[in-house]
Amino acid sequence: MASMQGKPPAFNSAVVRWIDKRLPIFTFMHHEYGVFPTPRNFNYWWSFGGIAMVMLITMIVTGIVLAMNYTPHVDYAFDSVERIRRDVPQGWLIQYMHMNGASFFFIAVFIHLFRGMYYGSYKNPRELLWMLGVVILLLMMATAFMGYVLPWGQMSFWGATVITNLFSAIPVFGEDIVTFLWGGFSVDNPTLNRFFSLHYLLPFVIVGVVVLHIAAMHVAGSNNPTGIDPRGPQDTLPFSPYYVTKDGYAVVVFLIFYAIFVFFAPDFFGEPDNYTKANPLQTPAHIVPEWYFLPFYAVLRSIPDKLGGVIAMFGAIGILFLLPWLDTSRVRSGRFRPMFKWFFWVFVIDCLVLGWVGGNPADAEISILGMHIPLLWIGRLATFWYYFHFLILLPLLGKIERPLPLPASIADSVLKPAAAR
Amino acid sequence: MASSSKAATSEGGAGHGDGVGRRDFLFIATGATAAVGTAAAIWPFLNNMNPAADTLALASIEVSLNGIEVGQAIKVSWRGKPVFIRHRTPEEIQAARDVDVSRLPDPEDDAKRVQKGHDDWLIVVGVCTHLGCIPLGTAQGETRGDYKGWFCPCHGSHYDTSGRIRRGPAPKNLEVPTYTFVNDTTIRIG
Ligand code: HEM
Ligand code: FES
Repeated sequence: MASMQGKPPAFNSAVVRWIDKRLPIFTFMHHEYGVFPTPRNFNYWWSFGGIAMVMLITMIVTGIVLAMNYTPHVDYAFDSVERIRRDVPQGWLIQYMHMNGASFFFIAVFIHLFRGMYYGSYKNPRELLWMLGVVILLLMMATAFMGYVLPWGQMSFWGATVITNLFSAIPVFGEDIVTFLWGGFSVDNPTLNRFFSLHYLLPFVIVGVVVLHIAAMHVAGSNNPTGIDPRGPQDTLPFSPYYVTKDGYAVVVFLIFYAIFVFFAPDFFGEPDNYTKANPLQTPAHIVPEWYFLPFYAVLRSIPDKLGGVIAMFGAIGILFLLPWLDTSRVRSGRFRPMFKWFFWVFVIDCLVLGWVGGNPADAEISILGMHIPLLWIGRLATFWYYFHFLILLPLLGKIERPLPLPASIADSVLKPAAAR
Repeated sequence: MASSSKAATSEGGAGHGDGVGRRDFLFIATGATAAVGTAAAIWPFLNNMNPAADTLALASIEVSLNGIEVGQAIKVSWRGKPVFIRHRTPEEIQAARDVDVSRLPDPEDDAKRVQKGHDDWLIVVGVCTHLGCIPLGTAQGETRGDYKGWFCPCHGSHYDTSGRIRRGPAPKNLEVPTYTFVNDTTIRIG
């Protein structure tokens, strides 16, 4: 890390100096989090990375405590979670924090990701930083999916069945792979056991990738709302205390919303069916995944072919890896891209539409002005647009769009409008 | 490869003309051994996740067909999955045989899906071949779909009175498990 080469700060404490000389951990923290030069013009969208970090820690702490009372066995899992909720001291709080924490973790990460898309944070030199972020998203999805199986309710069981069966679409080896994933001939005790083991492991793998993600960020430096690089000290502020306080404030506000759900609407994001114990002989009438998977579920269902649907669904995330090369515009921030700006919001709406379609039954219809439109068609249109946005629009926009003039510097962009007022 | 190794000998001054070939050989052999060794070390950890011997041992059950009236169906559990056993009516058998097989999504003759002389007994694994939900239509009063067999509510697959896929995203017919008639009123599945 470039900033490591700076002069070590003069620490007051002799103990700190003694340790720092042998293991420069204090110097490191000072450079990377203390004086680290950070663009002075962050808005609150930049706080969601820190918020996601706080949620990750929350998930790990609540999860480890839950695991002390949880029993990963098909005969006991459901009852052990009920026991945590009813009988274990403060169990209800910790279980609801974990359950809703997953949703709020995804809310934070999705906002963080769309922030990056709008401000072009994936562009040179931050391609790898972006790709590590996509890896984190994939790991989160795997973790949340396996966690959702643990309480062993009806949705847990049938969600696990449908999702693992996706792999049966793979030609030739499909069935063997599914048997391998299950450790048997259906989702059963071996499946529950391995999911618990992996659900415990993966969050720590996420921590590892987050460390790399942040290390990469400290090499390239943070992007900022103008998308132009800082030119000197007048463009930056030391991370502490300026952004420690700003992010701290954002974290507290975010946690207030989180707490409202934990205390007053803990089942808002959940499915009533998951309060029924898993029954391998009875599929619930309407199975849906957790809300954060709905857009991808809609993509899966909009393709009539089984293998095609699976490819389209995984591709919807995979394509994010290519984003740095699909966007051909050299201007980073959407602020200065008059056409992209609008298509960005169309894309956000497209994702919301996909989520809405994914949450409805496969054969649902809506009536607009007396016409009955199957949601399947809307889902297909939205899926088409999702891919169109990445594969056609972004490469093309960079060529045909005329960006607005960029400000001379970050300081300029902040101070000029202020002076004009 | 060859030219760089030559340079290495003259600089390293190994002295023997054949030292180069021997070194290359040792290098490749070490690499190959390491690769095979790594694969061999990973294998038990992967294979460990396959079904265990006791899981495999649970593989067969006997079911009595006594009391399943014509027109009725039951659901039994085998290897953690439901198996549908339907006592078909003559009309249902007829409906299954009157179809132009070549036009089915997964062409299969009804006669091949039941056992000779037991045409009234249809026995299929009750797992939708799309993504594994359990189709409706076994219990009295459940919807049996447009082809009077089973209907999968998850993504809308319709199966006929032979358990064959007729419409919807499922690619294959309901699987017929291996089973034998122990006597006229008992079958062994698996
Ligand atoms: C990336 C971080 C994590 C995510 C996104 C996550 C997600 C989830 C989800 C969605 C559930 C289902 C909750 C429900 O619907 O009832 C769950 C359950 C569970 N998780 Fe996690 N989890 C994370 C980290 C952890 C960690 C580190 C542990 C430590 C062992 C853990 C232990 C558990 C246990 C024991 C359950 C079952 C009890 C329950 O259902 O509340 N989790 N997790
Ligand atoms: S699982 Fe039966 S239609 Fe999808």
